Amino acid sequence: MSEAVSVMNGAERGTSIRVRDAGLQGMITLRGDLSAAKLKSAVKAATGHAVPKAREIAFADGKGVAWMSPDELLLLVPYGEADAAVASLEAALAGTHSLAVNVSDARAFFAVEGASARDVIAKIAPVDMHPDSFGPGELRRTRMAQAAAAFWMSDAETIHVICFRSVGQYMFDLLATSAETGAVEAF
Amino acid sequence: MLTLKCPYCGVHADETELHPGSEAHLKRYGPGSSDDEFEGYLFMRENPKGVHFERWRHVYGCGKWFLAARDTNTLEVFGTYSAQTTEPPQEIKEAITAKRPGWSWREFQ
Repeated sequence: MSEAVSVMNGAERGTSIRVRDAGLQGMITLRGDLSAAKLKSAVKAATGHAVPKAREIAFADGKGVAWMSPDELLLLVPYGEADAAVASLEAALAGTHSLAVNVSDARAFFAVEGASARDVIAKIAPVDMHPDSFGPGELRRTRMAQAAAAFWMSDAETIHVICFRSVGQYMFDLLATSAETGAVEAF
Repeated sequence: MLTLKCPYCGVHADETELHPGSEAHLKRYGPGSSDDEFEGYLFMRENPKGVHFERWRHVYGCGKWFLAARDTNTLEVFGTYSAQTTEPPQEIKEAITAKRPGWSWREFQ
């Protein structure tokens, strides 16, 4: 088996605002009826978190669950555990209308860190990044310049970005360029 | 720039986050219908200066289709609602009536 490598292979850029490839992260797309008890308990077993409310994410120590749409969740697990997690999800959800897929290798995962992390995103996404409108615990699916992306904040100075791996280089350069020109001091 | 609230995820989505999907509330005429009905379903579209109903897809967000009522002239948005309906909900109709008394669009008024 070949060695798995994340899209930018751990690259980092910037000093006051740091943009880095956050490495390999196991990601599982789970679609189904989010209100079903079977699905709720399967998600709890796989990630240790309950199904979040709309537009929210629960994430701690490499495991998490994010609300992506009314019938879709993104489960975050350690990279090596993704296949096993999919197998146990499929077993738990057998017979129900649902779908679990390991998409770890189809995604890129970045982190933007620094006091002006909000500004970096505000410049490239049509999202109100004011602390009153968006804060830790929320997940936003949107576009960043020309590519689809999702992001959340783990604290006031750290933003995690997920996008398709095929646009990983574009996204990294975009975030780095946005970070380079510094804060817009809008918040 | 249009900002529509997605009724599924509740995000106030900028126009660039959405994909337009033409007119809302089209009734499909398929096999067994007359040529005129089929032509109307396939080609005949409203092009009003004023109240209009459209389909939109929250393509960069939750990916769901929804319907929106807006004014094509002023870009004022009267409301957005679920696509799982064959006519605008009462509160949307009332919101339009409050701003544009006497409006009509196809069979709705």
